[in-house]
Amino acid sequence: METLFYLFATGAVISAAMCILRRNPISAAMWLVATMFSLAGIFLLLQAPFIAAIQVLVYAGAVMVLFLFVIMLLNLDVPSSDLRGPMSVAGAIAVVGLLGVELGALWAYTPERLAAEAAQAATLPAASGNVVLDVAGPLFGAYLIPFEVTSVLLLAAIVGAVVLAKRRI
Amino acid sequence: METPALLGPSLALSGILFSIGVLGVLLRRNAIILFMCIELMLNAVNLAFIAFARLHGSSGHVIVFFVMTVAAAEAAVGLAIMLALFRHNQSLDLQDINLLHG
Repeated sequence: METLFYLFATGAVISAAMCILRRNPISAAMWLVATMFSLAGIFLLLQAPFIAAIQVLVYAGAVMVLFLFVIMLLNLDVPSSDLRGPMSVAGAIAVVGLLGVELGALWAYTPERLAAEAAQAATLPAASGNVVLDVAGPLFGAYLIPFEVTSVLLLAAIVGAVVLAKRRI
Repeated sequence: METPALLGPSLALSGILFSIGVLGVLLRRNAIILFMCIELMLNAVNLAFIAFARLHGSSGHVIVFFVMTVAAAEAAVGLAIMLALFRHNQSLDLQDINLLHG
């Protein structure tokens, strides 16, 4: 399991890096699909098989197809360079530094304190063995109102997308 | 109760992927690639939620659901904005979008 995890993790990091390094938007999108597949594998290893399936269906299936459609519709030419100016390079160096600090903090934090927190955490309700029920229970119980509000969000998104993309209403 | 296996490595991977997404947003000028980097960041956050769900119960899985919904809605509206922008500017270079530049 460890080996598989590190295999998927390496795949995810490499394809994410390729996604921001490729100049052609189509190949960037394909590398992003590879990242999402690796993440789905990791979700599987983290005992979330339902989320892994949804990840492949919704992200790699629907959202990325939408991206590819728009890229092909616009027929963008590949620019010789599309890097931004020196200010953003400074910002990028700052982000990498922050990541280093964060990883260091995580390294120092993980084994002992996380174990202590885990010991204090309330005992979880036993998993029912039904992967869909484990997600659907809280979704239609404690999170019912956010779930209903989501439908309003989706309606607003549909109307907004139609209004924005249509030439004349 | 002991620490779930792979919690630390998952959080580290989540941080690395999030940072790659931020780097993409900072460095690239193509609006569509910037958008894909935002999706990458949302995915990294999802990974953190899934990792912690093994410590704190399956609420994390439900939150991941909501994040995915918001990401899909955001992709639909954002790509419609890209289409309108391209029709207006004939390019998706962020450098060309400077009407509000003082």
